[in-house]
Amino acid sequence: MVNKVLKRVYTALIYFFLYAPIIILIVFSFNESKSRGSFTGFTFKWYSMLFKDRQIMRAMYYTLLVAVIASAVSTFLGTLAAIGIHNMHRRQKKILLNITYLPVLNPDIVTAISLMVLFIALNLKLGLFTMIISHITFCLPYVVLSVLPKLKQLNPNIYEAALDLGATPSYALRKVIIPEIMPGIISGALLAFTLSVDDFVISFFTTGSGVSNLSITIYSMARRGIKPEINALSTLLFLTVLILLLLINKITNKEEREMSLIEKNK
Amino acid sequence: MKKINKFLAVFLMVLIMLPFTSCSKEEKVTLNVYNWGDYIDESVISEFENKYGIKVNYETFATNEDMYVKIKSGGTAYDVAIPSDYMISKMIKENMLQKIDFSNVPNYKYIDEKFKGLEFDPNNEYSVPYMWGVVGIVYNKKMVSDPVDSWNILWNEKYKKQILMLDSQRESIGVALQKLGYSLNTTDKDKLEQAKQELIKQKPLVLAYVGDEIKDKMISGEAALAVAWAGDAVFMKQQNPDLEFAVPKEGSNLFVDCMVIPKTSKHKKEAEMFINFMFETEIAKKNTEYIGYSTPHKEAYKLLDEETKYDKTAYPDEEVLKRCEVYKDLSDMLKEYDKIWTEVKAAH
Amino acid sequence: MKRKNYAYPYLFWMTIFAVLPLFLVLLYSLTFKNGLKSGITFSNFVRFFEPIYLEVLLRSINLALISTIICLLLGYPIAYIISKANIKHRNTLILLFLIPMWMNFLLRTYAWMTLLEKNGILNKFLTSIGLGPLNIMYTNSAVVLGMVYNFLPFMVLPIYTVLIKIDRSLIEAANDLGANKIITFIKVTLPLSLPGVISGITMVFMPSVTTFAISRLLGGGQFTLIGNLIEQQFINVGDWNFGSAISIVMMVIILISMGIMNRFDKDKEGVNLW
Repeated sequence: MVNKVLKRVYTALIYFFLYAPIIILIVFSFNESKSRGSFTGFTFKWYSMLFKDRQIMRAMYYTLLVAVIASAVSTFLGTLAAIGIHNMHRRQKKILLNITYLPVLNPDIVTAISLMVLFIALNLKLGLFTMIISHITFCLPYVVLSVLPKLKQLNPNIYEAALDLGATPSYALRKVIIPEIMPGIISGALLAFTLSVDDFVISFFTTGSGVSNLSITIYSMARRGIKPEINALSTLLFLTVLILLLLINKITNKEEREMSLIEKNK
Repeated sequence: MKKINKFLAVFLMVLIMLPFTSCSKEEKVTLNVYNWGDYIDESVISEFENKYGIKVNYETFATNEDMYVKIKSGGTAYDVAIPSDYMISKMIKENMLQKIDFSNVPNYKYIDEKFKGLEFDPNNEYSVPYMWGVVGIVYNKKMVSDPVDSWNILWNEKYKKQILMLDSQRESIGVALQKLGYSLNTTDKDKLEQAKQELIKQKPLVLAYVGDEIKDKMISGEAALAVAWAGDAVFMKQQNPDLEFAVPKEGSNLFVDCMVIPKTSKHKKEAEMFINFMFETEIAKKNTEYIGYSTPHKEAYKLLDEETKYDKTAYPDEEVLKRCEVYKDLSDMLKEYDKIWTEVKAAH
Repeated sequence: MKRKNYAYPYLFWMTIFAVLPLFLVLLYSLTFKNGLKSGITFSNFVRFFEPIYLEVLLRSINLALISTIICLLLGYPIAYIISKANIKHRNTLILLFLIPMWMNFLLRTYAWMTLLEKNGILNKFLTSIGLGPLNIMYTNSAVVLGMVYNFLPFMVLPIYTVLIKIDRSLIEAANDLGANKIITFIKVTLPLSLPGVISGITMVFMPSVTTFAISRLLGGGQFTLIGNLIEQQFINVGDWNFGSAISIVMMVIILISMGIMNRFDKDKEGVNLW
């Protein structure tokens, strides 16, 4: 019993730690004053001004566009890669795993500048496309690294069994392997999306032609003071995401519960 | 197998096609403008677009150096950029800027002579001053009893852990140099060594080396004294009436952000149209009111409201301006500054 | 078609966009440019071993180690608790770890400042309950706090993933053989979760060493960390050669430490983050 209370308290404390600054941000999105120095009064004006701000709205659009494309492509490529790597011999596996770590190891600024130099050497015009390529590149390893362990956990016999029962390899892949490793794929995709949304340094140096995401907009505002509209936007984003994820979770939970029931009945 | 092959083929094709797609010609001219974040009244851009039928691609950067790396790399084609003084001289030196044809920018006549012919562009060939300001000390009248008229106050033991310095090599070393009576642009190693010692001596008194958070910190009374730009000081004073701004008697830094046309621009004429438009008196006034920094535009200045016009923070006296120096590009001496700064930071 | 071929598009992609840039960095680190002269040199590496830069390196590693240890101490229990929670809450709890990262990093950090500063919310609270104001802002503690805050999810996720995979029958077996809860944890659960712990440590340690924004904002820029140093070289000084050399040295150090840690990993398949 004491144990249980202790666990509850600990969990609550950790989540409080995670969410304390988020709450502050939300509160300050209603602050009358432009400064975070003090709370001078309650207002909705930043929310109404937000939708009139052309630059912020466009940045928002590009952020989501890049994040969606980058996480989709990196999830697809990364999942395939994980399956491939999983079936490789030890030496090959080791080489590929080490390559996987490169973008994770490099400081952002180094990745950013070297990618920029590379794009220019390849004669690519900096812009939306180069930014997407860069995002895919730094998201890919995280997808590979979240799918791989699920593959390791996979019972190799079920794939063989599917083949024995007459499934073609690609059919077995789609119907047997992919569903089994789905949780890994989903967490990889989520992580990729999150990293893409939060990135500043790499985005800044690999974009051009009037394309900029929210991070670039926010960082470049810093010299003059970040507009409170940004707080309002973050609050809206946060609430949307929270609601969406909780909804999705409810649905998947239901499925999983049913699945676990089936398993129990076996 | 087939699927993967197909995928690979598409992938390769996309990669190969890219360079070609990027070369396709657009019918309508699009102007790429590169500016500091939140440093323009965006309605002004729309007005320009409507008047001339030119689309503006507006992009922002956070520091001069970030902007420099991006333009220098050559992967971009900005038509108008807005760097500060020392960066302009660096870019001129490295042949990154185009000469402006001033017959296309008649509004240049409105620019105050004070801001023409400055060291970074002595012959007025490359730049049109956009906004300016001086560096000084912002202080909280309730917390500081001594008169604030010298950089020395930033070395006063009384204000231990209540002083905010700027986390920027040029600015902080500059403050120490001026305290010692030297130029901001010193390249003499002995003098720099002295400045380093001053900064190390000052370090225990400093609460933090900060960037843009300085405004929030001063407004909420977290610190008593801070090095700050006049434009920000105006905002801080509005938010907290206890704050005051002073330019030290030893002199200070005058910064001028100017519009320039990078060599990479493919639409020089339209870029000049844009620059000229920005200095239409009404437009310049509107823009100045939005940004809150000081305008070099003589006519726009006259139209500002009385309070701003006579605010000594935003528009200090001639005599104060005379004490101020503009940063020069240090080229290779920057490495020396960087090393000094690293050593100051490493000191205990 | 052999399934291992599925990795080739990835290999192709990474060769162009990850390996090639790395060679560029290596090239920069081994060359110099002085006016018109340029050539091959080791001087960038030699320069890094000057005492002042070594001190920067040591300080960075020190702070990153502290943050990693705290992340582990905080993260393992929470990962354990979540893994034991019923399946209905489990996913939600894990997702809640990721969502704060959707708020822009700069905004999150500014919010921390509002909380931690001298007249900030935390101090107002502490004063009201008589614990007096604490001086956290602009100290190393603030930097460590910032790192822990930002990198904790990277510790929790891999440990959690491994913990939920542990075969329950092993734990039951231990219990049947008379081991109590603590012994079972030490002898069974902990060793089995080691791969997760190791990946967590790597995932937290690597970004902690090279971060520069956290130390600048929360630490008040009092100390230069290795991340700041690299950033300064690339952006302020324009000495890409030295900047590249530092990051190559960093990379080697991290790879070596990962190699050492890997010896504890029974699954000898190179490093294993998740």
